[in-house]
Amino acid sequence: MKKHIIGAAVALGTLFSTVSMSFAEELLVPHLTYRVGPFAANGTMGANAITDYFTMLNERDGGIGGLKVNPEECETGYNAQKGVECYESYRGKNPLMHIPNSTGITLQLLQKAPEDEVPIFTMGYGLSAAAKGETFPWAFNYPASYWSQMSSILSYIDSETGLKGKKIAFLYLDGGYGREPLPLLDQLEPKMGFETVRIPVAFADSQNQGSQWLTIRKEKPDWVVMWGWGVMNITAVKEAAKTRFPLDRFIGNWWSGGHVDVEALGMKAKGYKASNFTPAGRDFPVVQDVIKHVVSKGLTKTEPDMPGKVLYNRSLFMAVVMAEAIIEAQKLTGKANVTGADVRKGFEMIKLDEARLKELGFEGFTPVIGSCADHEGQGSIFVQQWNGKDWEKITDFIPPMTDIVQPLLTEAAEAYKSDKPGWKTQNCS
Amino acid sequence: MEILHMIFIAPFLDMVALPDLFFQGLWDGFVGGTLYALLALGFVLIFKASGVFNFSQPILMVLAALALVSFYEMGINPWISVALVLLLMYALAFGVERVILRNLVNQDGNILFMSTIGLTFVIIGAAQWIFGGVPRSMIHAELGFPVGSSEWPMFGGAVYFEHIDISAVVLASSLIAILAVFFSKTKIGRGLRAVADDHQAALSVGISLNQIWVIVWFVAGIVALVGGLFWGARSDVSFALQIIGLKALPVLIIGGFTSVPGAIIGGLIIGLGEKIFEIYWGPMMGGSVEGWFAYVIALVFLLFKPQGLFGEKIIERV
Repeated sequence: MKKHIIGAAVALGTLFSTVSMSFAEELLVPHLTYRVGPFAANGTMGANAITDYFTMLNERDGGIGGLKVNPEECETGYNAQKGVECYESYRGKNPLMHIPNSTGITLQLLQKAPEDEVPIFTMGYGLSAAAKGETFPWAFNYPASYWSQMSSILSYIDSETGLKGKKIAFLYLDGGYGREPLPLLDQLEPKMGFETVRIPVAFADSQNQGSQWLTIRKEKPDWVVMWGWGVMNITAVKEAAKTRFPLDRFIGNWWSGGHVDVEALGMKAKGYKASNFTPAGRDFPVVQDVIKHVVSKGLTKTEPDMPGKVLYNRSLFMAVVMAEAIIEAQKLTGKANVTGADVRKGFEMIKLDEARLKELGFEGFTPVIGSCADHEGQGSIFVQQWNGKDWEKITDFIPPMTDIVQPLLTEAAEAYKSDKPGWKTQNCS
Repeated sequence: MEILHMIFIAPFLDMVALPDLFFQGLWDGFVGGTLYALLALGFVLIFKASGVFNFSQPILMVLAALALVSFYEMGINPWISVALVLLLMYALAFGVERVILRNLVNQDGNILFMSTIGLTFVIIGAAQWIFGGVPRSMIHAELGFPVGSSEWPMFGGAVYFEHIDISAVVLASSLIAILAVFFSKTKIGRGLRAVADDHQAALSVGISLNQIWVIVWFVAGIVALVGGLFWGARSDVSFALQIIGLKALPVLIIGGFTSVPGAIIGGLIIGLGEKIFEIYWGPMMGGSVEGWFAYVIALVFLLFKPQGLFGEKIIERV
């Protein structure tokens, strides 16, 4: 009996040492993906790009700080419940961060992150108020929140036609993501003297928007601003052309301006605009490195013509911010084998300025400067326009209306925590 | 008082003020309704033959459209691609009969229904594996369907007619008419009706149940191809199309699960009703009412005429 107990103890000891060694041997960066389901086309491109970037680091540099990165995927099908199940499956495995890849999933995970001490990184999506680092120490939405983006788009409209007295139709996917900018519009409308007509598109009607565009025709807005995703985007651009709405007065957000949204329409989509913070193109040194070390060697599921597309480059940029947070955490702790709590601090220390972006091969992308208090970076966007064959950058970077947006974000963050007793905050002063 | 004005007065004033918009809504609703009718017809055919609500009909539409585009992208002539898709639909019909229906004959209807749910997921997995998940453009122009649009000036405005929508109405209406004649006047059609009435009785007079099932599933595949072609042309070809396919459910509730004319009338009621309601009453309710409006109409029919407009009244004797 004693022998059995000793044997079992040895076996368990070996098992645990193997598990702990496996923590030490790799940096686990799980990302929730959706390669299946109605948004699979976008999800597949994003999943491939993140995996490709870390594979490139493993191949070219031997990983980060001498440790290989494991960009493990968990399939959600863009379903919030499955997203939570994926999140739970990483408990006890020392994930360095979580990448929900969905605003709906993010809203579910925000309350779990402080308990588990693993940061959540939502680049360009998620809850806008998470920009406030003092209230949301464990969430980051670099380089800009949806609210900052909306304010930059309104700045652009103001610079083109003026904003006062104008009517703007806001066409949005009727869900957490699409409804996110509504509180900001409520505040800005009276302040800035414009009027909005809000036109939701139910997910089931993404490909059947005839009524919404007839409503737009009835309302005769000066501009249409779209918060769309997936097949909703291409259908909206088609309907806009069909109803003779001038496409140069139709502007999508950064999730409505991928190649997949307009490529199939070609010249029919000419003139359509979208905001962006990650330029398209294959000439960036980082894209060339991914092609050389990963795509050419067949170490990926990425099709050869995908690198360089808007959404692919966006996810590469997402991966570089993730990698920079790990690098900062390693610098801070002096060890390669960091934890989620270390990486959280790393996110706050990120300094992806123009010089660092150039060094990494991302020259021309939006800088990301982190801090304890500011978890969105207040990054700028630019406007791109479809010329019938490709996206063209038509503006310089447009900063957000910080003076208007920041107090509203603070207010929203306070409102979020007000009904959550025991919510963990941090002091950045 | 203001709310009564918004409900009973303002929408009609809007219709009069912008008649071109009203007629545009009617036309768009008519096109949508015709395509809904076509979708519903696929369900009706299989329900008549086997008494099962075929949950896989929407994914059949996606499969047919994806296969068509994929064959063309392989460099195959567009019309040969159509022929290959028809072949694929026949093979699928044959496979469904051999693997599923034959083994489940005389089982409870719920079991057959569950089997079509299973079939849906098998097709989703297989189609994504073979054709990938990237949205594609429909090849209607390559097939010779007209593109572009025409304008009909009206009261200072205009009604726009997309040529592909006109093609959709003509082809879908023709297909519905052909199928209605085929199933009411031909020997196979009479066989189908006999099978729908009573499997055992149909077998006893020499009608081959298996043959009828293959034919019906194949015809449902053809309907799926035409539906996929035109819905794909209106947006693009992706797996999200299957959600539109489920719009056939309220159409069936209104028209009746066993009636071809019911599918047509139900489709038009839903198509026209949801467009006009969304444009004139939708904004009052925050918009996006089109998604549930069809189900509200269906619910009203369920309350007052549960068998639908033309469905058979089923009397269960105890």
